[in-house]
Amino acid sequence: MNSFVQIVRRDLNLSFRQGMDSAMVVMFFVIAVVLFPFGVGPEPNILMRIAAGVIWVAALLASMLSLERLFQADFEDGSLEILVLQPVPLEIAVIAKITAHWITTGLPLIIAAPILAVLLNMNADGFGMLIAALALGTPSLSLIGAIGAALILGARRGGVLLSLLILPLYIPVLIFGVSAVDATLAGLSVKPHLLILSALLLSSLALCPWVGAAALRQAMRS
Amino acid sequence: MAGFSICWILWLPMVQFFGDNLTCFRGGRIVFADLSFSLDNGDALVLRGPNGSGKSSLLRVMAGLVDPVAGAVTWDDIGNGSSIQSDPDAHHRHIHFVGHADAVKPVLSVRENVSFWAKLRTSAPDVDGALSALGIIDLADVPGRFLSAGQKRRVGLARVLAAPAPLWLLDEPATALDAGGIEALENAIRAHRAGGGMVVVSTHQNLQIDDPHRLNLDAFPGREQAYE
Repeated sequence: MNSFVQIVRRDLNLSFRQGMDSAMVVMFFVIAVVLFPFGVGPEPNILMRIAAGVIWVAALLASMLSLERLFQADFEDGSLEILVLQPVPLEIAVIAKITAHWITTGLPLIIAAPILAVLLNMNADGFGMLIAALALGTPSLSLIGAIGAALILGARRGGVLLSLLILPLYIPVLIFGVSAVDATLAGLSVKPHLLILSALLLSSLALCPWVGAAALRQAMRS
Repeated sequence: MAGFSICWILWLPMVQFFGDNLTCFRGGRIVFADLSFSLDNGDALVLRGPNGSGKSSLLRVMAGLVDPVAGAVTWDDIGNGSSIQSDPDAHHRHIHFVGHADAVKPVLSVRENVSFWAKLRTSAPDVDGALSALGIIDLADVPGRFLSAGQKRRVGLARVLAAPAPLWLLDEPATALDAGGIEALENAIRAHRAGGGMVVVSTHQNLQIDDPHRLNLDAFPGREQAYE
């Protein structure tokens, strides 16, 4: 547990001092969402209907954007090699790095989402559910994405490969994240959607750190 | 009981860390085959050989980063003689590995760089002592991005000194070091061995190591190995 905290603190420290990383993710999120009114036209009813979907897709892509660096920087400067050789289970180190990734990218997205929802004319009744769904969904995105981030180590054009590997796996989170918000706005029960989002989070929490650690060990062998 | 353990020491060499008939296969070729070594408390093993002869591969096998295709690396006091793969955490607690990269983060200060790694191993690391031993205590608060190659290497070595481990695996540790740095490294190795520690080092430079075992990897493959 102590080493978990140490690694999270170090990664947060690195991310804050390098500064721009999380700011760029949020900027990308904002710009991607703002593009939609230009593309589909400023019709308030259309925007209201697609708001939840647009925000979720943009959040997904923004979270993806920063994943490439999750292990890459440590891989390049030799830190990963040393991390693998510490008397700390590699799975713990992977969960710690994912936690730090979520704090620096997932959390800012959740905070920015309601502001963008106003921009897209989303009904205010849905704001709370949008935040709740993102809070349940974005940790799953970081967890699943970590597998891809570990698999692309050493590959050229890793970023593109990462999207191809990971975006299909994001589809369940996207479907139930959007339908939770839509159900609220339609006055239906949101319980099943939230339960499935929680199930996705729990199962990726149980599985992804182990798969990610195995992929990292594989990367060390080559 | 005491008599028994004295007999034990007298009759059997007290081997701590050893590799048995190791064969390493990388990039479609056999790097070395049937290689054996053994290290006792206080021993040093110097790996020699031209570029590409497998010095780094052997160190990575010893560290457990690469699995040998045949043979096993074993500790006497871990897992009842089963190989290092059976209990990686215990093995990692026993080793320090210094590879080609120094793992110095540009935005962290020298002290932060060293103490992060040391704190993963021990709750009370001797970071300033390690920095002094390598002559970089004056740089303790300087961010990594301002360091020269030799200073970065010293930071990488300070990580090893800050938290104790019985076995050091050093891959070309003298690279980029000046005369003062090499002397500090030699002193650190001498002190480590005097305390019963073990060192495996691959080097091209004239690193002065007292009374080492030598393993000449030039002798592979096919030719007879030269282990003194």
